[in-house]
Amino acid sequence: MVKEAIPPSTSFGNQPQPGLPVSGNLALKCPKCKALLYGREWEKDLKVCSHCNYHFKLTAHERIDLLVDPGSFVEMDADIISVDPLNFVSRLQVYAAKLDEERQNAGLNEAVVVGHASIEAMPVALAVMDFRFIGGSMGSVVGEKITRTIELSIEQRIPVLISSASGGARMQEGLYSLMQMAKTSAALARLGEAQIPFFSLLTDPTTGGVTASFAMLGDVIIAEPGALVCFTGPRVIEQFMHIKLPEGAVNSEFALQHGMIDTVVHRRELRQTLARLLRLYKCNRS
Amino acid sequence: MAYDLEFEKPLAELEKRMHALQRKGEHLKPDERLQLHKAEQELHNRTEEIYKHLTAWQTVQVARHKDRPYAADYIRLMCDDFFELHGDRSFGDDHAIMAGPAKLDGNSVILVCHQKGRDMKEKQFHNFGLAHPEGYRKSARVMQQAEKFGFPIICLIDTSGASPAMPDEERGQAEAIAFNLYLMPRLCVPIIATVIGEGGSGGALAISIADRILMLEHSIYTVASPEAAASILWRDNAFAPQAAEAMRISARELKALNLVDELVPEPLGGAHRNHRIAADNLKAALLKHLVELKRLPIDELLERRYQKFRTIGKFGQAS
Repeated sequence: MVKEAIPPSTSFGNQPQPGLPVSGNLALKCPKCKALLYGREWEKDLKVCSHCNYHFKLTAHERIDLLVDPGSFVEMDADIISVDPLNFVSRLQVYAAKLDEERQNAGLNEAVVVGHASIEAMPVALAVMDFRFIGGSMGSVVGEKITRTIELSIEQRIPVLISSASGGARMQEGLYSLMQMAKTSAALARLGEAQIPFFSLLTDPTTGGVTASFAMLGDVIIAEPGALVCFTGPRVIEQFMHIKLPEGAVNSEFALQHGMIDTVVHRRELRQTLARLLRLYKCNRS
Repeated sequence: MAYDLEFEKPLAELEKRMHALQRKGEHLKPDERLQLHKAEQELHNRTEEIYKHLTAWQTVQVARHKDRPYAADYIRLMCDDFFELHGDRSFGDDHAIMAGPAKLDGNSVILVCHQKGRDMKEKQFHNFGLAHPEGYRKSARVMQQAEKFGFPIICLIDTSGASPAMPDEERGQAEAIAFNLYLMPRLCVPIIATVIGEGGSGGALAISIADRILMLEHSIYTVASPEAAASILWRDNAFAPQAAEAMRISARELKALNLVDELVPEPLGGAHRNHRIAADNLKAALLKHLVELKRLPIDELLERRYQKFRTIGKFGQAS
């Protein structure tokens, strides 16, 4: 799980939500090109570097604001929280305590926010991962909430959109975590049988068990530019092969070039791209 | 077969004493005969004692033991015939996964197995059991064939994980695994997966979506290999033993958590001490589950398989 400084949460989109903290950043440095960015401009640019196009990570709520019609998002299952099924205690870490700390820090109950919303007035079931919560790792709760989102989509016969941002499976829940890959994929198989489309959005980073399950199973797979998209992270590949990988060796563009995803879309165009797809994949029968 | 693991040292000494006496053969004095008998008894008891209380890390060592039977050994000892099918029909043939039709006590089945390889040459040939995307795609091809002919699928799991190299990324390791997770829940034939050694991460799960999940008594099943988990959690794979302990990876613990269906007993001192007994035990377990699963109507089989995975997960409610 990659740790990286994440600037304080801000809101943007058509309708800044009241109550969300306004960014205190007057200026910040782009981690990729080191250019100096002005807070206000940067937020207007949807947190994309105006010099090198680096897409900063978004929180789940920022992502939702970016993608769906203002005010249309209805959150579900916000109150499901992780427990510590293995009584995971080991050096430097007590999982139960870590969970409390992460809930405080991220202001979220878990690494995914789910519900339903509309995009250009078309209904969609929605699951958006948040990397801040234990590296967006998938444990029982992430698997359960994503599965319920897929089930909602089947029940209501509306398309489902999953926005991924994850370091992979959550080690602290052991085999329970691994099995969430099976659970979410089996639910998607049922969605497929029901002939309902699934749009998968890959954001920085999408790796490990999340990539190797639902993220790669979209009928259409879209990635943001420059996102780390892989099964094995670059650090492990380097260790395993005793090589040094160049910057950006396994990213969205690499995945596109190797036929793993359908398209790479700039953050600015995501909402209209999704709207186009929702129209194109609209069911003729109903 | 020598006792060669660190924690088996007391056993190795007992065995040495025993062998010294045995070498005398006919010339054993009556009291020496008694000593030999005692030593045999003690070895048996100590082995039982030690293996009953293996730590997580000791279990890892047993699961990876160099003499532990691999899939090819089980196939040879359990099946009347096995015809290996090669290739994914799109890129290549992966030797880390063996697949094909076999006869198990008169039943036609499809086997899909990881194969690690014993000596260095074999290990390299099988890529240490680290499967490439084409291995998972070969699995998918052969499993779809099983469905076409109505053959039950038996998977033997033994891998520390999917191959983590750059060419695997280029050929879509993630997609290859995900595709199997999407395919297997809907296959209209019984599926039994057995972890025979190491069940490591997505590379193991990709051929483990089954109606029954069995584990050999001293095998392990993990979300990531202990080394990888230690590296993720603490950036240092030297803490693998601690990670193994914390993640509850032994067959016994996973059975207690209800994450696997049955433990297959191993011969005293581990499967590596007697391949024949290990294979007989596994065969008996597989046949028992095959009979049970074949009785179920397909709709019910699929519903139960779905629910088996749907219900895995522990969570609470925020107050």
